[in-house]
Amino acid sequence: MRSFVSFIVGALFGLGLLTSGMTDTTKVQGWLDIFGNWDPTLAFVMGGAIIPMAIAWQLTRGRKPVLAAAFPAPPEPTLGRNLVVGSTLFGMGWGLAGLCPGPALASLSFGGIGGLLFVLAMIAGMAIAPPIRARLHEQTAAA
Amino acid sequence: MPMDWIMGLAGGVLIGIAAAIYLLVNGKVMGASGIIGGLVDGSGRHELRERGALIAGLVIVPAIAALMMGGSQTFLTDNWAVIIAAGLLVGVGTRLANGCTSGHGVCGISRLSLRGIVATAFYIGAGGLTVVIFKHVLGVI
Repeated sequence: MRSFVSFIVGALFGLGLLTSGMTDTTKVQGWLDIFGNWDPTLAFVMGGAIIPMAIAWQLTRGRKPVLAAAFPAPPEPTLGRNLVVGSTLFGMGWGLAGLCPGPALASLSFGGIGGLLFVLAMIAGMAIAPPIRARLHEQTAAA
Repeated sequence: MPMDWIMGLAGGVLIGIAAAIYLLVNGKVMGASGIIGGLVDGSGRHELRERGALIAGLVIVPAIAALMMGGSQTFLTDNWAVIIAAGLLVGVGTRLANGCTSGHGVCGISRLSLRGIVATAFYIGAGGLTVVIFKHVLGVI
């Protein structure tokens, strides 16, 4: 049952990315291109997504998930080097290609060989991340 | 309001509803990089079926929708060096930061998480600088 729900969630997520134009790399790069022909669409996508999710977080109070034991714990208040370095590296890649992980998968069927190459490189990046994360974490702890 | 903005808002609401269902029913945060990354590095393999089903929906359903619409395009660069560099950066970066646009952006900001807000500020800032440098200064993208 949880897997069925997950499939529906992935389907809605993918349809939302496709509808909103976030599988179009020029729209994402257009949002980041503040000194060029700036495209504010991404702000509407983010705003539209945050509204139902903000309501959902309110609904978690004093309740339990339908098919799970507990809701995710509140996020850690600490920021850390991993968060800052990781987000910066991610932003650089996002700007270069105009793709982030969700749209990269949602566009896999029509993204051609380049789209496939991006996903394979992203998976390789994810595979080499754990030792780098451990090292940055040690540096944060030592600092 | 331009049609692109309306479609953006409508698509955004769909993404938000997807994330809300995943949270309220399965008790999980819908973060694309975490769901994929956990399967890649092994930390999420105990949820193989659940994560695999989400990824299947995310890949297959837009594929069908795009076919029904008569095709869709990503307009991704054809420069393979740029694609590989970008993919590696997105993969490493999202796993170090423990989240991407969906996890930190949509799910984090909506619960006013400091980590989500700071992460989003850094990836948008870095993305903006990258586009300025690689598009307007170097002319690579």
